[in-house]
Amino acid sequence: MRTTGLLTAAIALVATGAVAQDDHQLVTNGDIEIVTEAPAPDYISGLRTIYSGWRFRDASLQEMQMDDFENPAIIAVDKAIVQWSTVDGTEGKSCASCHEDVEQSMLGVRAVYPKWNEDAGEVRTLAMQINDCRTENMGAEAWKYDGSDMTGAEALISMQSRGMPVNVAIDGPVADTWKQGEEMYYTRYGQLELSCASCHEENYDNYIRADHLSQGQINGFPAFRLKNDGLVQTHNRFKGCIRDTRAETYSPGSAEFVALELYVASRGNGLSVEAPSVRP
Amino acid sequence: MNRTLTAIAGVCLATTAAAQEVAPLDVSFDEYGAIAASLSGVPGDAAAGKEVMSERSIGNCVACHQVTALEATFQGNVGPSLDGAADRWDESQLRGIVANAKMTFPETVMPAFYKVNGYIRPGDAYTGKAGTEPLPPLLSAQQIEDVVAYLTTLKE
Repeated sequence: MRTTGLLTAAIALVATGAVAQDDHQLVTNGDIEIVTEAPAPDYISGLRTIYSGWRFRDASLQEMQMDDFENPAIIAVDKAIVQWSTVDGTEGKSCASCHEDVEQSMLGVRAVYPKWNEDAGEVRTLAMQINDCRTENMGAEAWKYDGSDMTGAEALISMQSRGMPVNVAIDGPVADTWKQGEEMYYTRYGQLELSCASCHEENYDNYIRADHLSQGQINGFPAFRLKNDGLVQTHNRFKGCIRDTRAETYSPGSAEFVALELYVASRGNGLSVEAPSVRP
Repeated sequence: MNRTLTAIAGVCLATTAAAQEVAPLDVSFDEYGAIAASLSGVPGDAAAGKEVMSERSIGNCVACHQVTALEATFQGNVGPSLDGAADRWDESQLRGIVANAKMTFPETVMPAFYKVNGYIRPGDAYTGKAGTEPLPPLLSAQQIEDVVAYLTTLKE
């Protein structure tokens, strides 16, 4: 009787055309090998192996991310390349005035963010650093934290680390912030009383209706989300996830989301940076 | 005269029905998490319960549970299949699990459908904005009775 039930469930899953977490290999543009599976860092007690969200997507979506000519995120990256050399603000500078060739200067940067900024005495996300550069060095207006200018710039910078291992520091001056993020990860928010771990640690690879639950890794962010028809930033995704627990959510750029980003990024230490990724 | 009596009888019935509904804060669970008495005082309607279980905008139980007898597409598998649920649990246990499964399984990820306070950052439904406790429960007393009535039909 029990076997019948399980069989029926298995058939139902097959019938939806969904793929279980698979063993496909991600190589972008035929030459950038992306690590999508790695041993979990020892400070993550709930997981043995970490997987990129790419591994939970169906084959057609996986393919879109394997070729930059197919990846819809690249349109935003192309705009960001123009922006990189465009003077903005009272100081008459563009990003390129100081950082010159993005491919050289931003190599490996995304892989270690969020990180401690000694001068400011704070943990900074890439978006915070970009805005600090704009207001302090360029005399330009800060961009909206999760607006399209910002996500485009983040995607461009992140691409320069594609294939490099995520390697976010969790100790030293960031330890308290990391701990705060860890506590948030396991907090069961809202009327549905769900934590990040409820879905992305305890139930990854399971389905909530048609949603195939991943481990919620952020190595592919900003991600081009088909549902939004645009790049979606890490904090924007966090905001939506907490909202969907029927909770009062936090704002993009808030201290809470900076802490959560640091912690969640560290759960992906060992995977490759693969931003900008493509997600449903 | 006759009409007046009928009206009075009607008022009495309405009062009685309201008095028999158990408010979320007054629910009494036994030590294993079961609820013996009906929450609404009105027998559950299995057909209505089937709808509550299937519809995304209502209970959406199939988001996490597979039920062969339901036609809903894309049934989830976060929770156990409910096929044969009535062979494993009696009515009072099923009512307790639907109302607040954490009273039966302390670690479960299953949301409580008849609970209105004690939340962390309670929101106003899915707006992302703050809500004020007591929140409206996810399902009404009668919807829970309807779901329980449907679950008691799931025998193998």
